[in-house]
Amino acid sequence: MIIQADDPIVEIHDLTVSYDKKPVLWGVDLTLPKGQLIGIIGPNGAGKSTLIKAIMGLIPNSSGYIKLFDDELSNVRDRISYVPQRETVDWDFPASVMDIVLMGRYGKLGIFKRPRKVDREVALDSLRKVDLEGYKDRQISQLSGGQQQRVFLARALAQQADLYFMDEPFAGVDAATEKTIIKLLREMTERGNTVVVVHHDLQSVTQYFDWVLMLNMRLVASGPTAETFNTEMLQETYGGKLTLLSEVGNLLKQGAFPSREKNEQVKS
Amino acid sequence: MAMVGDAISHAVLPGIVLAFLITGSRDSVTMLIGAGTIGVLTTFLIEFFHKKGKLQTDASIGVTFTWLFAIGVILISVFAGKVDLDQDCVLYGEIAYVPIDLWITKAGVVMGPRVLYIAGTVLLIILAFIFIGYKELFLTTFDPSFATAIGISTITWHYLLMGAVSITTVASFESVGAILVVAFLIAPPATAYLLTENLVKMMIISSILGILISISGYYLAAGTDGSIAGAMAAMSGVFFGLAFLFAPKEGYIFKILKKQSAPTRLE
Repeated sequence: MIIQADDPIVEIHDLTVSYDKKPVLWGVDLTLPKGQLIGIIGPNGAGKSTLIKAIMGLIPNSSGYIKLFDDELSNVRDRISYVPQRETVDWDFPASVMDIVLMGRYGKLGIFKRPRKVDREVALDSLRKVDLEGYKDRQISQLSGGQQQRVFLARALAQQADLYFMDEPFAGVDAATEKTIIKLLREMTERGNTVVVVHHDLQSVTQYFDWVLMLNMRLVASGPTAETFNTEMLQETYGGKLTLLSEVGNLLKQGAFPSREKNEQVKS
Repeated sequence: MAMVGDAISHAVLPGIVLAFLITGSRDSVTMLIGAGTIGVLTTFLIEFFHKKGKLQTDASIGVTFTWLFAIGVILISVFAGKVDLDQDCVLYGEIAYVPIDLWITKAGVVMGPRVLYIAGTVLLIILAFIFIGYKELFLTTFDPSFATAIGISTITWHYLLMGAVSITTVASFESVGAILVVAFLIAPPATAYLLTENLVKMMIISSILGILISISGYYLAAGTDGSIAGAMAAMSGVFFGLAFLFAPKEGYIFKILKKQSAPTRLE
């Protein structure tokens, strides 16, 4: 079930991405609406991260094309922000929180220019939004997982973009941080920004997202959460993992979700 | 990353020899260009074997630089008659000859040791490079995928950095030899890393340590009547050991003390 958005901000046509000639995403064709909080869900190895990496031009496409703001990526880079997975960087790197958040300004600064006062103000303001203002001079090696994630988020905010792609911003953060982050993402979409998030926890999908992409190497579903996120689509996305699915199915039927369980998802 | 410096310092040898054989001159600019080219080629090969050959990075480094260094050694022995270089000098260097190797202008004015000018020029180039490209170097090292996402070419900056490592290596090479270059490339920053968590301070402390190691190494050599390069490399180990034991935060002894005092604080 693939529902197209009117006036799309992201347009993907027939996208296939391969690692070592082995396709990990097949023929993805979709459009995403503006100003919504969009979740990408699917089992491990479904190509969720791959999809946003392909959109950001970090890995080459085998076929198909992507349009952002009805334009090519290279023309609209400064309107787009990307938040990589937290574990992809070395948090022992000798840098302060402020150093990292200022990186969000580099794109606007251009090559060879140093951050100006206005950039520091934007960075500080971003830190305030994620409740880390008091940590600006802290070394990044001293941060907890949740704080690291919020630093990445602050860096993204400092970019002042219109469209955000976030790779698992909720991975390994505690419930309180998750709440802070989701509130922030909500505020961003209310201001008209579009936020696309790779997500793992099925139980919070209906609560968090306006629009949902369900992915398992190919696109299973894309559309408003209320219409798309149902048992049939979940069955199709998660395939054989029926124990989990029947459980989710039952929950859906009851129309109520239990309080959040703390089972850490292991990323392959 | 530390071992890439090691690899480059060895792998530039064929570059130096080839540059000499092609141009017939032993002037420093030729050498720097030859070595710089091979240095960047080395990093390219390391990446290539790692990415395309699915070799682990350390294996890829090991294969690349030993092979290039061997070619250099063979070139030297084949053209031994024509090349004013020998393996011993390349490996160990001879810093004691630096004061004798003077730069004398055409008018006959003695300008002082030649190496001083070469190393000084390279120092200025590197300082300018770090000053101008600090932001990009910082970002591409810390978070390459974010850098790519905002349109900064990580590959370009990687090769620029490796090119800078190459010319630094070559400039130092002539006077101190490959082994000491490796010691100075790795030991001071590793020591500084234990002493601070700020990148700028880390670079400054590294430089100061380099100077301290050189001076103390020289006196150690004078006292023991031994190899100067060897004594300096030994001192770099001593400084690292001291920092490892006594660094205020990361130091081993401090950590033990903290462990012991922790339970008393709980009571």
